Amino acid sequence: MNEREKILTRIREALKVPAPSPGTHAPASHLPVPGVPGLPSLRVPAPTTAAPVEARRWLPKVGPGFPEQLALFAQNAADLKATFQIFANWTELNAALVQLRDAENWQRVASHQSELSSQACAALQRPVCWTDKGYDVLALESCDVGVTECDALIAQTGSVLVTSRSAGGRALSVLPPHHVVIARREQLVADLPAAFALLQQKYAPEFPSMMGFITGPSRTGDIERILVLGAHGPKKLTIFCV
Amino acid sequence: MSTNVAQFQEAAARVTADTRQRQFIRTALGNYEIARDKRKAAFQSWESARQAAALTKWEAVNHLDTHLEELVAKLEARGTKVHWASNGTQAREIILGIVAAKQAKSIIKSKAMTSEEIHLNEALEKAGFEVVESDLGEFIVQLRGEAPYHIVFPSMHLTRGQIRELFARELGSTSSDSPEELTMVARRVMRHKYITADIGFTGGNFAIAETGMISITENEGNARLTAALPKTMVTLIGIEKVLPKLADLALFLPMLATAGAGQPLTCYNTMYGGPRQPGEADGPEEWHVVLLDNLRTELLADAEQRDALHCIRCGACLNVCPIFRNVGGHTYGTTYSGPVGSVITPHLRGLQDWKHLSNASSLCGACTEACPVKIDLHHHLLHNRRNAATEKPAFLERMGYKIFGIIANDPLFWSLAKKFGWLTQPLQKLVMGTALDPARAWTKTRDLPPLARQSFKDWWKHRP
Amino acid sequence: MTVTLFVPCFVDALFPRAGISMVQILERLGHRVVCPAEVACCGQPPFNSGYWDEARPIARKVLQQLKDAEAVVIGSGSCGAMVKKFYPELFAGQPEAELATQIANRTWEFSEFLVRKLGVTDLGAHFPAKVTFHDGCHGLRELGIKQSPRALLGRVRGLELIEMKEAETCCGFGGTFAAKFPSISTAMGEVKCNSALETEAEYIVSNDSSCLMHIQGLLSRQGKPLKTLHLAEVLNHA
Repeated sequence: MNEREKILTRIREALKVPAPSPGTHAPASHLPVPGVPGLPSLRVPAPTTAAPVEARRWLPKVGPGFPEQLALFAQNAADLKATFQIFANWTELNAALVQLRDAENWQRVASHQSELSSQACAALQRPVCWTDKGYDVLALESCDVGVTECDALIAQTGSVLVTSRSAGGRALSVLPPHHVVIARREQLVADLPAAFALLQQKYAPEFPSMMGFITGPSRTGDIERILVLGAHGPKKLTIFCV
Repeated sequence: MSTNVAQFQEAAARVTADTRQRQFIRTALGNYEIARDKRKAAFQSWESARQAAALTKWEAVNHLDTHLEELVAKLEARGTKVHWASNGTQAREIILGIVAAKQAKSIIKSKAMTSEEIHLNEALEKAGFEVVESDLGEFIVQLRGEAPYHIVFPSMHLTRGQIRELFARELGSTSSDSPEELTMVARRVMRHKYITADIGFTGGNFAIAETGMISITENEGNARLTAALPKTMVTLIGIEKVLPKLADLALFLPMLATAGAGQPLTCYNTMYGGPRQPGEADGPEEWHVVLLDNLRTELLADAEQRDALHCIRCGACLNVCPIFRNVGGHTYGTTYSGPVGSVITPHLRGLQDWKHLSNASSLCGACTEACPVKIDLHHHLLHNRRNAATEKPAFLERMGYKIFGIIANDPLFWSLAKKFGWLTQPLQKLVMGTALDPARAWTKTRDLPPLARQSFKDWWKHRP
Repeated sequence: MTVTLFVPCFVDALFPRAGISMVQILERLGHRVVCPAEVACCGQPPFNSGYWDEARPIARKVLQQLKDAEAVVIGSGSCGAMVKKFYPELFAGQPEAELATQIANRTWEFSEFLVRKLGVTDLGAHFPAKVTFHDGCHGLRELGIKQSPRALLGRVRGLELIEMKEAETCCGFGGTFAAKFPSISTAMGEVKCNSALETEAEYIVSNDSSCLMHIQGLLSRQGKPLKTLHLAEVLNHA
């Protein structure tokens, strides 16, 4: 028998004794311990299926309409110390990008080839390190900013949902010191259940190898619980929406 | 007295005597509690969420075999190499084998309690590999040659001044003691490591059976980088980490963040489904997932305490535990400290050697109340005590209880015992708190209340 | 109604005034009080230490004494939890299983009995002092007692209740824990005493004399003027 079989056999053997229902904390929920004699024997019917995860009803509340969700996203982003702005058109967004470029003196930009990010890079007029077809890590590391698209913005948490397909791979959104996300307003979803539904719908069964929620710039509190941004990932997260 | 309990008592006495350090820890965990309560209040129903999380984990753990098989089939279908390890030795051998086959020199690690559990760093270093912990807190305790103080906040026991001195000594940094500057020192050191490391090592918070994914929760981005840059990725994860559905994360990710650190959501929550796939820009060429049993199946076999495998390692029970708050993490001498550590360590490392952790509790239940997946923690401490006493009773203690039982509920004996106590009380007062005092464990720091001249029962008997 | 008062062993021997106050309060409310002579200990010390086989004979005797009781009142959250919550577990699978559950259902902690069973909060007490209330963990978390003692104290003339910070944190007594791990127990107790002292209250009141014994022991040793009192004594104060 190999280790896989040995472990699975042990599991099956262990599961022959049913466990009490979870979260009851009632005395009746206690079962005999194998190998310890003289203890009470009491069986409790176990739930046959797990409760449906209707997380939406219990998670923090999100308003039904776009304006409320947008306001919630903006509030969450501000709490997370991310920058969020929504623009009426591309001209305004491009102008804001150029302003940011000049304020932070960006020399090199990293990005991936897709509609929104390419458009943004065109406006920035700086040399671009494209990650799509593989890249030199040192070159990416030396860029001042990583510009990506995303899969969704989540109002409930102020998160950006990215995948290795939507955001130019795994490193682009974490290696450069500033991550700029370009999104469309239609990409705003209400909550985490909606985000997971979107991932299923968009990708299943061939999911990207990396899918992740980015909730604010990289942070740590490991020194005296004092918040410091940019522990390893980006110090700044900017979300521009059109 | 076994050495473990003696060490525990000695460490507890030392830490509790350090009122400044205790205050430091209590303040930190008190602030955490404020943040957590605020986030909990934002839930429409935290209690319903807990119940749902407990049910989901119950389903996962009580059908662990089928979920694991699904997980592994899905992982392998995307080109991930899955390994099974029955114990720590096997897990270390598997990982050392991968590292050697890749002719790796350096390994960058993101935080993983499983690796602490199997003492992976020591094994890798002994075999001549450079291992760097990338999580800031882990990096700090690694530089100090210490175990993590807390499963979520590894370096919470240190002041910024101590960290500045450590960085000056070990890294030659000239940073001030501002947390910002110190963090940037670590950032600079680590950047180079990510780029040059041959192997990226991670743990995992959840394994999704439905889609064959490992979900990793972190704040710093170190796990993201660890899983992005090195050519080979290795993930070590306990077999109990399985969740049935991808959508279960919609509940578990915010609950983990809320219960663990008082955050709405941790900064990076990332699901990995395979090595770099065709057409993708980057990612490891190879991904090895090592599934670790290491006596988890023993705990699984104890149906009464099986729910301890629901644990998502959020640290909430440590944070609220008045024992942990006063003795700190290192006193436990275990990988998993605090209430959940006291529950599971006897299963993982021997009941008789570690039962003292179950005894070292006032059974106040703050842990059970805090647990986001409703593990019956403090009652399991009681169950460990029962199992230990049933398996190997202490002769004197058992006799003491037998005699006490006979005396206490016999009106004549009980009345005589009270009389005897009342008469000998003046003698005890003479030696109160000294080595001669039979009640010294109590009286060293506390006065004993006097026995009443007329007990309640005497009053009741003689009342008109 | 006839109330069977279960006066725990340490209340009997060390804090008789708490038991006497309970009797007087219940009688003033027009109930007949009985106290079985043979009942002193609920069996919690051996039970909590894991010696369930040694706890059972003690508890069995208690069950026999209480089996005809209309209502059992216990003046301690901790012993109350033992009877209400842990007896059914201790006797699960034993011949007394059903009896244990029946008695558990008829058993009340003192403050809960007054407020929830009898619907009384105003006992006409007068106690002109600043007090802070300590929740024993067994009462608080095993039995869910939080409001009843406060509802009762709220109706005491002249009494000012000041909540201490971290009011729900354990005082560190924990039964045999206090003697097995004295340094930890003492450290926890110091935290609790400091929280109580910060309120500048004159009394720490609780429905659990066992916690108070530990807290008072620490306070007396340190020469602090803060005093501890059982809830029943406050409610019986005219």
